[in-house]
Amino acid sequence: MNPQFLADGILTGALLGLGGVGLTLAYSILRFANFVHGDFLTVGAYAALVVAGALSQFLGGSGIGPFSFGWPLIVALPVAMAITGALALLLDWLLFRRLRRRGEEIVLVMASFGASLAVRSLIEFAFTPEPKYYSRDLQIAMPLGFGVRATPDQLAVVVLAALAGIALHLLLTRTAMGRAMRAVAENPELARVAGIDPARVVRATWWLGGGLAALAGVFLGLTVQIRPYMGFDLLLPLFAGVILGGVGSVPGALAGGMIVGVAEALAVPFIGAAWRGGVAFLLLLAVLLVRPQGLFGMER
Amino acid sequence: MTGTLSYLAFFATEVLVNFIAVLGLNVQWGFAGLFNVGVAGFVGIGAYVSALLTVPPWHGAPGPGHIGGLGLPVLVGWAGAALASAASAAVVGVATLRLRADYLAIGTFGIAVALHELAANAQGLTGGPFGIAFIPHLLATVPPGGLARGFLDLAITALAAGAAWFAIDRITAGPFGRALRALAQDEAAAASLGCDPRRLRIQAMALGAAAMGLAGAVQASLIGYIAPDNFVPILTFQIWAMLVVGGVGSHRGALLGVLAVWGLWSAAGGLFAAILPPSMATGGASLRIVAIGVAIAASLLWRPRGLSPPGRIVSRFLR
Repeated sequence: MNPQFLADGILTGALLGLGGVGLTLAYSILRFANFVHGDFLTVGAYAALVVAGALSQFLGGSGIGPFSFGWPLIVALPVAMAITGALALLLDWLLFRRLRRRGEEIVLVMASFGASLAVRSLIEFAFTPEPKYYSRDLQIAMPLGFGVRATPDQLAVVVLAALAGIALHLLLTRTAMGRAMRAVAENPELARVAGIDPARVVRATWWLGGGLAALAGVFLGLTVQIRPYMGFDLLLPLFAGVILGGVGSVPGALAGGMIVGVAEALAVPFIGAAWRGGVAFLLLLAVLLVRPQGLFGMER
Repeated sequence: MTGTLSYLAFFATEVLVNFIAVLGLNVQWGFAGLFNVGVAGFVGIGAYVSALLTVPPWHGAPGPGHIGGLGLPVLVGWAGAALASAASAAVVGVATLRLRADYLAIGTFGIAVALHELAANAQGLTGGPFGIAFIPHLLATVPPGGLARGFLDLAITALAAGAAWFAIDRITAGPFGRALRALAQDEAAAASLGCDPRRLRIQAMALGAAAMGLAGAVQASLIGYIAPDNFVPILTFQIWAMLVVGGVGSHRGALLGVLAVWGLWSAAGGLFAAILPPSMATGGASLRIVAIGVAIAASLLWRPRGLSPPGRIVSRFLR
């Protein structure tokens, strides 16, 4: 068993966990399976590409230390998160808010399906299907021991993803907004009675989910490449991770994403890299049959 | 003149093939309220199973070790396609229908993604990215390309679509359809009258998927060639747009929706090809998909019941 596959799986798992958090929040607070979520990753990656491209004239284009990215991408990251959060809010205002008022949750799923198609194809129209990169510099993978190698970028992504997970946990458990979000997820009527404004919670959910999706998208673009289908192709593993971890549970989404990422990577030496979606699907079916509430979820 | 006629025959054939799949989706969504995001996957199962059953053994082998090519009669292939699609839909239904409605959406999405991967990678079974060729035609007596073949194809498809329409209309107008409508209106009341909600929904999933599989098989035998990229999410979107635009729950409305959406789709393709320079051809294709996505979202907002919603069915004695 080559530990390199495990290391690759941890990287993918960290990205799936970050991306999955927004999905699980939307599912528990807005109460629908949001098929646009994968495309939020893509939007974030392209937004950072454009902003970093514009900034590199002023801030210089070379990487810092061993990393392939420099100040332009670091500044572009929060901007991309804000852009993606704003897009999520815009979609909510144009589409989901009106359908939510009608109260048929499955229509929301369908609308998100249509919106996902439109967003993805618009990106393809604007940026062409050709893959793009934040940097053309080649990175040398450093040996880490036990025969595992990783590039400095990959290490940075894993560390930053872990930090984001901790920050998120603190946000949800220690702040008033975090408590309000969890209250609405648990029981919307009771939350209203307790004086929580549901509209504010919905806005916060979109900002948070969109922002974290953009973060995962930029990290994915940094370690793999930027393509119009990059996020949509991750949607199935994202759903698998969220359901495995238990819908609505943020630690569950992080852990579920990690398990799916590692499982996919461990399957590679046996069945080849082309079968990752199949692995995610089999995991999903197994969880739905054996423990549909997921590892950390409660019976609904 | 011949060109126009043969294009019209081709257009009508495509409309009818899509109509078969839309009928299936209408059973699932229009009658049972089941949200299937994997339409392309079920159409694809039908196409591939019928191809593997009917391709003659000496043809279509892209490399050594190729499985399949049983050379069975085309109609056997079509029946096998419908059965295989129905069986796979039942599996997804069994796994997800105990849970909240959107789990079915995720499950069907998953099966479509996994099947596309299987079609693109299992070289020995599906020919991988090269697909499967030499799929036999139902009546290969007329050489392809001419006007006569165009109308023969149209006649075959019209027969298949007519049969599917008749069968599904009979089934949904009968006790099964009544039980599904009762379930949609008041699940607790329907269950108290002896309808098993989960079993009915799994049956509706399977019946709808059978029609989708048939559509895939008919299309495969008309074109004679299939490849993984014929069965991608855009197909799912098109079938959904046709149903939603046409009117959920009404089979006649579904035919209107297919005409409207397929007509718009073809016209938009021609329009973008005419106004955009050839270098932007891929851009035009993307814009066309944006149009379909916006059409789905807009009709959900402003015409949630479609162009031709079904009449209220209670009792003909109730005025």
